[in-house]
Amino acid sequence: MKSAVIVFPGSNCDRDIAVTLSKVTGKKPLMIWHNENVIPKGIDLIVLPGGFTYGDYLRSGAIASTSKIISEVKNKANKGVAILGVCNGFQILTESGLLSGILLPNKNLKFICKDVHLRVEENNSVFTKLFKLNEIITIPIAHHDGNYFVTEEELNILKDKNLIALRYCNPSGEVNIDSNPNGSIENIAGVFSSNKRVLGMMPHPERLADIKLGGIEGLKFFEGLLEGFS
Amino acid sequence: MTDTDINKNNKAHGLTENEYNNILKILNGRKPNNLELGIFDVMWSEHCSYKSSKKWLKTLPTKAPWVICGPGENAGVIDVGDNLAIIFKMESHNHPSFIEPYQGAATGVGGILRDVFTMGARPIANMNALRFGDINHKKTKHLLSGVISGIGGYGNCVGVPTVGGEVNFHKSYNGNILVNAMTVGLADKNKIFYSAASGVGNPVIYVGSKTGKDGIHGATMASAEFDDNTEEKRPTVQVGDPFTEKLLIEACLELMATDSIIAIQDMGAAGLTCSTFEMCSKGGTGIELNLDNVPVREKDMSAYDIMLSESQERMLMVVKPEKEELARSIFKKWELDFSVIGYLTDTKKMVLLKNGKEVANLPIDPLAEESPEYDRPWVFKPEEQEIKKYNFDSIHWTKALKILNTCPDLVSREWIWTQYDHMVMGDTIQRPGGDAAVVRIHNSNKAIAITTDTTPRYVSANAYEGGKQAVAESFRNLCSVGATPLAITDNLNFGNPEKPNIMGQLVKSIEGIGIACKELEMPVVSGNVSLYNETDGEAIQPTPTIGAVGLIESIDNMITMGFKNPDDPVFLIGGNNNFNKGWLGQSLFAREVFEREEGAPPNVNLQLEKLNGNFIKRIINKKLINSCHDISDGGIAICLLEMSMTSSIGFTLEIDSGVTNAWLFGEDQGRYIITCENAMSSTIIDLAKKNKISMFKIGSTGGKYISFSRNEKIYLDELKNDNKDWLTNYMSNN
Repeated sequence: MKSAVIVFPGSNCDRDIAVTLSKVTGKKPLMIWHNENVIPKGIDLIVLPGGFTYGDYLRSGAIASTSKIISEVKNKANKGVAILGVCNGFQILTESGLLSGILLPNKNLKFICKDVHLRVEENNSVFTKLFKLNEIITIPIAHHDGNYFVTEEELNILKDKNLIALRYCNPSGEVNIDSNPNGSIENIAGVFSSNKRVLGMMPHPERLADIKLGGIEGLKFFEGLLEGFS
Repeated sequence: MTDTDINKNNKAHGLTENEYNNILKILNGRKPNNLELGIFDVMWSEHCSYKSSKKWLKTLPTKAPWVICGPGENAGVIDVGDNLAIIFKMESHNHPSFIEPYQGAATGVGGILRDVFTMGARPIANMNALRFGDINHKKTKHLLSGVISGIGGYGNCVGVPTVGGEVNFHKSYNGNILVNAMTVGLADKNKIFYSAASGVGNPVIYVGSKTGKDGIHGATMASAEFDDNTEEKRPTVQVGDPFTEKLLIEACLELMATDSIIAIQDMGAAGLTCSTFEMCSKGGTGIELNLDNVPVREKDMSAYDIMLSESQERMLMVVKPEKEELARSIFKKWELDFSVIGYLTDTKKMVLLKNGKEVANLPIDPLAEESPEYDRPWVFKPEEQEIKKYNFDSIHWTKALKILNTCPDLVSREWIWTQYDHMVMGDTIQRPGGDAAVVRIHNSNKAIAITTDTTPRYVSANAYEGGKQAVAESFRNLCSVGATPLAITDNLNFGNPEKPNIMGQLVKSIEGIGIACKELEMPVVSGNVSLYNETDGEAIQPTPTIGAVGLIESIDNMITMGFKNPDDPVFLIGGNNNFNKGWLGQSLFAREVFEREEGAPPNVNLQLEKLNGNFIKRIINKKLINSCHDISDGGIAICLLEMSMTSSIGFTLEIDSGVTNAWLFGEDQGRYIITCENAMSSTIIDLAKKNKISMFKIGSTGGKYISFSRNEKIYLDELKNDNKDWLTNYMSNN
């Protein structure tokens, strides 16, 4: 599997995701600077990493979504290349229209960094194929603006087409208000594009992909991708 | 200007009459113009010149075979093997944080990050030590909320994990909170960058943000007491831009990899003034600056504004002339200002030009090096008696434990550290909440352990013992995770040094720190002094914060504090088996349960401290034990409670004779609690005997409760809920 990581001014999880990709694929990902025009042919996975692009001084991800490279990311998305946006990457994907919905400030208006439980809502995708349906996993979140919102109309589409990837839940898998860290509508933590080739998620799978960091449940996303592309 | 004008102007600045007369001498009788006076003022402020503390700071031990660079540079540098160096420092941002908590704390983090990456290190961890006023004081919630958001807001955005720290509350900080921020960075041992400028004719380059009118006179403000009009000083607080800082880190590190930089210095306190003087003074050069080339935010900036602005995220560099274009292209890529603002000269003078005219002409050395040094009078009157006699067993341990479990100084800090990104960079091996934060050295099996410590109530009662204790506790925290303590940075926060009792606190705590550093082999490699922490004449508790760093040779051997299995034996290391005794003077138990803030603090026996610490390290590295926690605030009882709550595994004390509250809650020093698997017991006991270490079994892990006496217990769930949610509840109740 060949992967590329887009680096914007203010990205700060680009190295972390590169470490995980290198470990899983055995190859270093291509690091692409935001004002490049072209993503080379043969790239199987494009990752938009976490961080604070342009300081997120406007809406999170809004300025980055107008970067040169984003038009190329859209081209690749049209061709079905797998695209993963984590945290700020998810925000960029919604701001650029590649995913539906928007990420608002957390309900408590504070940055939240902690491990959360997630329920895998859809495993029929290149990203989540190694998980069992409804499997409960632990992955950390670290964001100020992770409160997912989507119109009722769009929410119905997400539900009808099984485009909700992950929901925040408690350790026994219950999805309720107590297990919702940031106020996201229906506890949504990650969503797919309509062809399920684009995934945006607020939790950071690369942060629990090393036993020394406390867990490896995040690895399965990347191992699934590897299986799909080799 | 007439003489009266000058007098008024002096007072508007922070200079004394003597200092002004000294200026006249340095300028051979010429009266300084307003700009020059402003420059003298900031350079000779307490904040920049250390004039009250210099004499005493010189006595601290600063050398060891592993020290690459001690105090005097932007930060301290130590060797950690494999051609790598750790660069670190702690610095205060107290006054600004009280005036404007979010920006004050945020720019505190920004400033200390720059001190570290200026020297060539990639920052790998942030830490902090915070003191707030009484939990019931009307400003405490506002200040706590703002400071935590500010620290998080800055550190999270630049992408450096904030991995831990300490937060305490006491009424003496009601009008003067403390925000001490520490950064630890990792560098190539052979690529450390210093600030000494050299090479006549070499370009002096300004990079980073534009200069604005913010923070003018920040250093002077930080060198005076507060009063009721403190709010008026808000314009002296700077505004932080962590996004620009992130770009600056990446751009500087990219340039540093190209062997282009001769000298580099961040613009911190006293901005462009202090950075140019330091670079030239250290390098023995002169400088000519054209202020018209300084990137500015607004049009009508005067030379005075430009020289004294403390706008953030700015650096000054001297680069090799042939590398100027390369440097320019790197900063262009990162969309940062880059401007040649002057050249080095051989005159040993600073000449400033504005609109083609000379606006200042000052000799470098007298200003930078011959700044005032005071030997201020001091007195030292330590508390002698441990504590007045009292029946401390008049309360049952279950009640006392519950009180301490919900006291603001011991409740869970989860509400705080969940607001910090403590995992970014993917190397946080031990997250906040343990004895020390542990951050892996990227791409290796080694790690750095970091802790910040001090116990102000001890220092207040006996500054010498308190100074020793601050270092000893940091030593213990590092040993407890299996690290070898290497060096410290000290951040000395005190009141007005012109008062002999405050000066005595400063002098004696430095003496205590010095002796402890020497004995425990952790030299001081960097530091910061913050004086005049007073409001309306009331001083803070003396707070010499120690930031300490240690090395873990193999992360596979690292230890955490939580119990690991039920039915493991629990041992006390370094304690006594007279179960009626324990040191209660200045203890948290006496303060929180009996409202007695009195007596002498516990003594620190440095030889025993070292012996016990080395023993702990040895048994951790031999993989003989499975958990370890040092005993500090709240004594043995709180230590055991924390080990239990972290793991949700209970504990039962097994001492037939019973124990007194003094033994349970006393704060004698140099002690640890460890657990191991049963099979390991005899090996550890033998080793302890051989090394003359006091060690005996006090109980066993297991169950869902804490029990310190037969048939009496408290369930962990109840204790945990009270402890975990306390701060969250406090902050959400208006």
